[in-house]
Amino acid sequence: MPAAAEADLLLVLPLALPLLACALGAVLWRFPMAQRGLTLAAAFALLVAAIALLAHVAARGGPVASQMGGWPAPFGITLVADLLSAALVAAAALVYAAVAVYGCADGPTEREEQLYHPLLSGLMLGVCGAFLAGDVFNLYVWFEVMLIASFGLLAVGGGRAQLDAGVKYLALNMVATTVLLFAVALLYGMTGTLNMADLARRVPEVENRGAVAAVALLFLGAFGMKAAAFPLFYWLPASYHTATPQVGAVFAALLTKVGVYGVFRLFTLVFAGTAEWMPWVLGAVAVATMITGTLGAVAHWDVRRILAFNVIGSVGVMLVGAAVATPLAIAGAVFYVLQDVLVKANLFLVAGAIRRAGGSYALARLGGLWRREPLLGLLFLLPALSLAGLPPLAGFWGKVLLVRSGLEAEAYVIAVAVLVAGLVALYSMLRIWTEAFWKEAPEEAPLAPHRMGAAERWLMLGPAAVLALLTLSLGLWAEPLLAFALAAGEQLTAGREAYLNAVLGGAAAP
Amino acid sequence: MTGSLILRTSARLLLVTCVLLSVFILVRGHNEPGGGFIGGLIGALGVIVYALAHGRARTLRMLRADPKSMLGVGLLLALASGALPPLLGISPLLTHQWGDLVLGPVALPLGTTLLFDIGVYLTVAGFALAVVLPFAEE
Repeated sequence: MPAAAEADLLLVLPLALPLLACALGAVLWRFPMAQRGLTLAAAFALLVAAIALLAHVAARGGPVASQMGGWPAPFGITLVADLLSAALVAAAALVYAAVAVYGCADGPTEREEQLYHPLLSGLMLGVCGAFLAGDVFNLYVWFEVMLIASFGLLAVGGGRAQLDAGVKYLALNMVATTVLLFAVALLYGMTGTLNMADLARRVPEVENRGAVAAVALLFLGAFGMKAAAFPLFYWLPASYHTATPQVGAVFAALLTKVGVYGVFRLFTLVFAGTAEWMPWVLGAVAVATMITGTLGAVAHWDVRRILAFNVIGSVGVMLVGAAVATPLAIAGAVFYVLQDVLVKANLFLVAGAIRRAGGSYALARLGGLWRREPLLGLLFLLPALSLAGLPPLAGFWGKVLLVRSGLEAEAYVIAVAVLVAGLVALYSMLRIWTEAFWKEAPEEAPLAPHRMGAAERWLMLGPAAVLALLTLSLGLWAEPLLAFALAAGEQLTAGREAYLNAVLGGAAAP
Repeated sequence: MTGSLILRTSARLLLVTCVLLSVFILVRGHNEPGGGFIGGLIGALGVIVYALAHGRARTLRMLRADPKSMLGVGLLLALASGALPPLLGISPLLTHQWGDLVLGPVALPLGTTLLFDIGVYLTVAGFALAVVLPFAEE
């Protein structure tokens, strides 16, 4: 197969597979078991395709681009994968697969006849599309796809609480996508192009630097709201705690990451060095997000609410990479983002298992789980400690890189904030540990303790165990991922020209 | 059965009008403003008015296909319009194909974009109905 056709296929498959699963799932809506098989098949096929794409990008040593329909860039639709986006697609596929297996623990549910599976595939389509989009307008479109699918997943088949959360989620996120659309339109008005590689060449030539900075801030606002960054995070704790464990895992692992990815993509490629004060804004947002997110987690006594606030705290840690913006800082953020995808999916799946085994999400009603379900306790502890950044888990290495880059750049406040936020997150996680697992079960237990059957146990805990083992092995054997993250950071900073050449230089080929 | 006699009678007329108009807009979208998206919305509108007058169960019987299946078939058609040319080895992905459908003396110019637009029509109409119909009262 010629190299160009191979790249085309590898870049299209992560979009075609979820789209096909979405279409077939909708046709098969009457048959929950067939839809389950379809979701499983699509998830593992996507995982294989994403790993093939990652291997291709790593072997090429530079970004890979494909022009859809043979229209040359910057006029057509371009799909681009560099190390960061390929790795994120692979991580997303892993979460998709974990959730597909976990979903088999229950018997067929009514939700599954209400488009649950097509919506899940649609969400994966939007996530993969956003990671691979080569122009800002398509990035916006993929955000819309994600928004429709995620609203559906929250609200469909749920009760009053889910619909209430879904409407809040939809209304606040619509504001963010509208701001994003305005920002895209303004950028097009200033430069006459939407292709990100073309923008990277033209934006520095725009004379009105104030306007460029204003548009950059609009993008930061829109992506920041999607990423649940301070001060626009309030939609997340209002909605995430009502989702089912599978939906919560996908949301927490992937949705905020797409916003973070948008910040990294645009602020390294298009808006690099727009204004001297921009790193200060990003730094302030990162620190405030870390602190408010983790403090919010401490204020709650419900497993899912604690986890939801920790999603916000982690977003702050990732944004440190964009604020400091040295290759080392971006490498640290890449490392942290990738392990956080595993950790967040793991924690929300374990929360579902806690609910199943203990009968509640409220810490006051839980207890004694360590004695009854030691494996569950271990599977909670590994991602929880990685979230806090304790060695020898994967989160530790991401934070080491970020703190070191902060110290090297003399951004001491940021470095200290990462450490403090880690401590507060640790406290909030240990509270779940002591309350749900360690203390004696309360007298007035909500349900009789549920004994999980063997098949149920393995379908629920198996995916969590795979994710937890990955987190542990990425911590113990961090060298390959560290080298990968450093290479990805290099691509995003010094390697910008390679991205531009991959998109624009290859335009004459077809 | 809800609604007045006037509503029930006019709903049937509106349904026919909306569906015909939506198909016209779908085909017109080929060269002029219109297309599958707006057409699908107009078609769904007619069905929703019908559901207001006659209730959900009767509307689903009238439609014969569940909106969720419409949505799925529409997505498959749209996917096929982009994926068939490369699968048949004609051209790269998402490239248009044009040709004439000869029916005796008339040659009808057709392209894969029409297939895409019909797919969009079914997807949009199916999604709108799948969201709205559960709220329609019996």
